[in-house]
Amino acid sequence: MDQLTRRRFLIASGVVGGAALAAGATALTLNEILATSGDRPTGAKTLVVITLYGGNDGLNTVIPYADPAYGSARAELAYDAADVLKLDDTTGLNPGMKGLRDLFGRQKLAIVRGVGYPKPNRSHFRSMDIWQTANPDRPTTTGWLGRWLDTAGGDPRLAVSFEKVLPPLLAGEKSAGAVVGVADAKLPKGMNAKLLGDFGTPVAGEKPLQARAAECFADLVRVQELVAEVKEAAADEDDTGEADAPKATGTGGLAGLQAQLDLVAQCLEANVATRAFSVSLGGFDTHADERQLQQTLLGYLDRGVTAFLQRISSTPAGKDVVVLIYSEFGRRVKANASDGTDHGTASNVLILGDSIKGGIYGEQPSLTDLDDGDLKFSTDFRDVYASALARVLGADPGQSLGGWKGTLPWWV
Amino acid sequence: MAEREKVAHLLRRATLGPTAEQVDQAERAGYAATVETLLRPPTADRGAAATPMPTFATDPYQGLGKGASREEKQKAKQARRAQVQQLTQWWVDRMIAAEHQLTEKLVFFWHGHWATSVQKVDVAQLMAAQQEVFRRDGRGDFGVMVKAMLRDAALIHWLDGQRNTRKAPNENLARELMELFTLGIGAYTEADVKGAARALTGWTIDRTTGRAAFVPGRFDDGEKTVLGQTGHFGADELAGIILAQPAAAHFVPARLWFRFASGEPMPAGAAERLGRAFAERDVTALVRALLLDEEFAATGGQLVKQPVEWLVGAARQLGIDARSAGEKRKQLYQGLNRLDQVPFRPPSVGGWPSGTAWLTTFSTQTRLQLSQALAAGASAAAVDRLQAAPASGRPDALARLLVVDAWTDRTRAILADNAKDVRKLIMLGLVSPEYAVQ
Repeated sequence: MDQLTRRRFLIASGVVGGAALAAGATALTLNEILATSGDRPTGAKTLVVITLYGGNDGLNTVIPYADPAYGSARAELAYDAADVLKLDDTTGLNPGMKGLRDLFGRQKLAIVRGVGYPKPNRSHFRSMDIWQTANPDRPTTTGWLGRWLDTAGGDPRLAVSFEKVLPPLLAGEKSAGAVVGVADAKLPKGMNAKLLGDFGTPVAGEKPLQARAAECFADLVRVQELVAEVKEAAADEDDTGEADAPKATGTGGLAGLQAQLDLVAQCLEANVATRAFSVSLGGFDTHADERQLQQTLLGYLDRGVTAFLQRISSTPAGKDVVVLIYSEFGRRVKANASDGTDHGTASNVLILGDSIKGGIYGEQPSLTDLDDGDLKFSTDFRDVYASALARVLGADPGQSLGGWKGTLPWWV
Repeated sequence: MAEREKVAHLLRRATLGPTAEQVDQAERAGYAATVETLLRPPTADRGAAATPMPTFATDPYQGLGKGASREEKQKAKQARRAQVQQLTQWWVDRMIAAEHQLTEKLVFFWHGHWATSVQKVDVAQLMAAQQEVFRRDGRGDFGVMVKAMLRDAALIHWLDGQRNTRKAPNENLARELMELFTLGIGAYTEADVKGAARALTGWTIDRTTGRAAFVPGRFDDGEKTVLGQTGHFGADELAGIILAQPAAAHFVPARLWFRFASGEPMPAGAAERLGRAFAERDVTALVRALLLDEEFAATGGQLVKQPVEWLVGAARQLGIDARSAGEKRKQLYQGLNRLDQVPFRPPSVGGWPSGTAWLTTFSTQTRLQLSQALAAGASAAAVDRLQAAPASGRPDALARLLVVDAWTDRTRAILADNAKDVRKLIMLGLVSPEYAVQ
């Protein structure tokens, strides 16, 4: 299998490549993350990245309702001006996003329009790969936050994911972020910590995958004491994951965003050392009857993020949290005949937090001057990452973004 | 490498879990003859005959009129879920019971390849009908399979093909057809996706039968260009154009390698040989070439057992008949759910993960719990065989039972310490790092 194809499979499978693949992700328990409480430098900010898997339709998220081209391109799919949550005379939010509209009113929500990259790729897997590795030119085995982690000393506890597998985003060259398990720690009869430890003993010359299987036992020794809240959060996730799961073609990502954000909030309340969290919401691969489905999903997102910001606002770390929401691409301007849209290009990135200067930024791409039916991007996504690295993580963006120079001028 | 290790490797990869007796038999028959028997079983499959696929006369929703009440809809929904659960349990039963194991493994491979999820499709009949395509066409001409899949109601539903009309084509099916099912990324352009979507118009789902149907009025019969070919073509011609692409000679072989041989990149020589074997797009020729390839023999330990393979294999080796297991059967079924691999429910259009993705603390713990249930359900014959060995010989007897070539010193020491309690010994063998990989 050639490198590109193999990489594609790995990404599609949620497995990272290169050094991090060989090393395996570090699996830590919430307790171990909580144990870093107090290690955090004073004034350090926290970045929470929310990945929306499946290609969220940006035009029906941040809606240019006053543009006649919007209504005419989308017929049944378009929202009437009366239903849009208006932000100004031209732009409004999806009706499912009431909480975010209120945050916009309080100037805590920044909307960056027209974010994309040159020569856009419309494959879910390749485009998500590009967004997570921040390299539009060629497949890369490291993610932009993973490379930041390398420069920050490589302690996996600095970058944490609550998904079951490590997202490529957190894979570095020398290190990788932690995957925090939320398993019930009960062991079957006859199994004990000593036996687990024995299985976790490395053996010289063992094949890498077998060695990794052994390491899991060593990790598991540390998973035995879990806080009760984690169990509750896991139970919630089971509930939300099944019953109301929307009907879109799956492209990865877990439901249960709320449960993941609850875990992030717990960590923040404990003032842990973690500086970057990765959480996700899947199900945005809507090609038909998109309006209701997308509104439901954006409703999850809205409620999850609003409740999260509400909860952490009372913690000392809360005011320094910045939430960044993105998807692998937006959708085509024109609806298809199924009242859905097909894979497109540029979309919006949402940035929220107490320290954020809210507003609408970036140029709205024209709905009529198109690139083969798609929006032309006006802001490079690496500008967003560069600003997040500099403003939230206090890092030199060029080191993690291959020397990238741009930033968002308003984010100071 | 000893002949026994060679055939054990072959059987671990070409089946859902070989038994010690099957390895014995393969050792006697020899490698090449075993490959032929796997590809063309000489006798009828009694295990399959004993586990017939359940038939569902109707979709519970079909009987509902327009004015159905909320309660009626709720009831239909529950009936649908029950059917899906019945079908899923049947499939696991079949994988355990079937004698034609390569056939079953290929059906599972194709399911992961076309990666259609009942979570969106909802209807057990449609998932069953798709599986019939894998059973009928999964070992023959790949072109025939592609054409059958382009009119498979479950796949069309999964990728919104039924909404694809001449007025505004829906690209979901067209794109994934080329990206994930036949050619791979980079082997087509955006213009090809648009042209292919137009060629696929007309295929929709008949609301009364639930089956795929071609509606000429919805078909865009205009001229389109796909992959350099221009014409008024539809789905079948599109399949032909795609399969004639050079990339089509390499894509399925690469996926087969990835699932049957190794997560490591395929050596160039093997890629070339498998591409040649697939020149006629004949799946059996391809599988034969893969299993006989010199590079295949060297791929031991390079795959992690997927949860279904781990569970079904253990049940086969321990002589567990899930059908008579009562509550245990439910427990095992739920175990697959916890391990994140439920048949008919792949997580994404990209199919299931592989490799280290399955090796997490979470999955290790779940396997521990499941292995306890499996050890408890092990047949008397399996337990007796271990009991018959002296305690010092039990680790080796267990290796034979579970078709593990060798324990490391680490695991051997653990097993030796626990050799007295045979069911515990089985449990430890099932969770061992040696048994997690293949």
